[in-house]
Amino acid sequence: MTCWETIQAYGLRSIGIGENLLPKTDFTLCQQFTLIGSGLIWNIYFGALALFFGFFLANAVALAKAARNPWVRKPAEWFVFVFRGSPLFIQFFLAYEALVLLPKAGIDILGLHVNTSWTTRAWAGALFVLFLNTAAYSAEIFYGALKSIPKGDLEAAEAYGLTGWNRFIRIEWPTMLRLGWPAYTNEAIFLFHATTLVFFSGFPAFAQKGDALYYANYFADKTFNPFVPYPIVAFYFILLTLAVTAVYGAVNTRLNRHLPSNRRQRIRLRPNLIR
Amino acid sequence: MFDACADPKSIEGLTWAFCYLTSAKHLDFYRSFLTVIALLAITAPVALAMGFAGATAARSHIPPVSWLGRTYIWMVRGVPDIVFFLFFVIALDQMIEWTKHQFVCPDWSEPIRQGLEFKVCPQAKVPLGASAQIWHQAYGFLLAVVTFAIVFGAFAANVLYGAMNAVPRAQLETAEAYGMSHRQVFRRVLVPQMWVYALPGLGNLWMILIKATPLLFLLGVKDIVYYARELGGSKTQAYEYPHGDWRLWYFLGLMVFYLCCTRLSEIGLARLTRRLSHGQATAAGEALRKAAA
Repeated sequence: MTCWETIQAYGLRSIGIGENLLPKTDFTLCQQFTLIGSGLIWNIYFGALALFFGFFLANAVALAKAARNPWVRKPAEWFVFVFRGSPLFIQFFLAYEALVLLPKAGIDILGLHVNTSWTTRAWAGALFVLFLNTAAYSAEIFYGALKSIPKGDLEAAEAYGLTGWNRFIRIEWPTMLRLGWPAYTNEAIFLFHATTLVFFSGFPAFAQKGDALYYANYFADKTFNPFVPYPIVAFYFILLTLAVTAVYGAVNTRLNRHLPSNRRQRIRLRPNLIR
Repeated sequence: MFDACADPKSIEGLTWAFCYLTSAKHLDFYRSFLTVIALLAITAPVALAMGFAGATAARSHIPPVSWLGRTYIWMVRGVPDIVFFLFFVIALDQMIEWTKHQFVCPDWSEPIRQGLEFKVCPQAKVPLGASAQIWHQAYGFLLAVVTFAIVFGAFAANVLYGAMNAVPRAQLETAEAYGMSHRQVFRRVLVPQMWVYALPGLGNLWMILIKATPLLFLLGVKDIVYYARELGGSKTQAYEYPHGDWRLWYFLGLMVFYLCCTRLSEIGLARLTRRLSHGQATAAGEALRKAAA
């Protein structure tokens, strides 16, 4: 089989298109690159969707945490504490076990029949956990940024007669995003890294449709040689990290476009790996 | 364990719960919490030492040493750590067995890598195939500790490298002006002052280390996640204590355990920061001085 044929057979294997059986013997470098790359589709799917939905929840939670009313503030504080204080690995297990306990036949709510079997699948269940997890971490970042908005900016807004919603949407929110963005970029990078945990934590991979690390682990188990598949995963993730940094860097430039160029914040990568 | 628990089928209520929670398997479960704490207690200082060595190497004036330190620090960037965990456990194991193989059976003629297999002579197996189960477990735990130390050592090196650069330049120049050698400046001025800059980063790292401990399960160690799955799974009437699927409750227990750990650490770190800021040339140190005066 030539390499091009391998790519046709396994390029979309992780989403169930192409050859049904995984290679069993004579593993070529091309097969390893193709299958692990195909698994990367799932990492991008989990990471991108969780970040997109998580962004909105994170903003809401950050505002709730900064609220004066304890009925709003306390739940937000607890949400952030629970998701930031416990390992993501345990959260995955817990969510899976909880979802398994839902009745198999579905639930009837107000005459509507809700099917529940899809919730235990990784594409839904794990995405939900990642969504809540990234929302909690990002909320803490945005909360910190909200608290460090310069007092002068708020006073200037008041002097211009901006109050309430207007002040928030035109002064506070953009400044909060601007201040929190470098840290949020790191959060995005490490969320992508965290997606590799999905198929190692309770959520089963149906019909061997897994993520990049799932296939790398498959090859390492079959060949007893960790020195090829894991560096391939590392290579793909370095590319992914560069892509994420580029996208978030572009947003960062836009958020800071009104500032003189020497006062702009640079994005620095900080290690903050496991959740 | 207790006399009252001799016949679990006949008891019920609180006695049943008490007997259930003190069964032999559960005592193993409680002991596995000690495994996690032992891992933390061993890994933290070793990783800190490796981080210190890495940061010192990266600051070295000799280019190859400096490159080595920098490569080690940047090694972990951009790659999910779980890849390192899965990689190092197999790689270290094969490295140890390969090295031992070279010494123990030098006249072994077959190649070690035969197609898909990694084969060393039976005498070079670590631990030996015939050794007791406890040695296999201890070896697995040791590999896990080394893996954690390597990965977290790189993070710690990054933090300490930043902290060493954060010590005000004037402090070092003053020490040099007093005629101290490079070594003396490093030991008497740089190292004592860098901790307060390193503490936020190291504290963060400690939290991450706590939250990384469930990954022991992936490395094949019988840790709390392993027992939570074993004990929680539904048990039929063939077992002494039959029950349904209780894994949810066991994992809830683990979650509470981790939340307590991180909360206690947060409180402890806040106190330590306060203590270390005492007498330092930083804003926090200045605030402490003003409060006392």
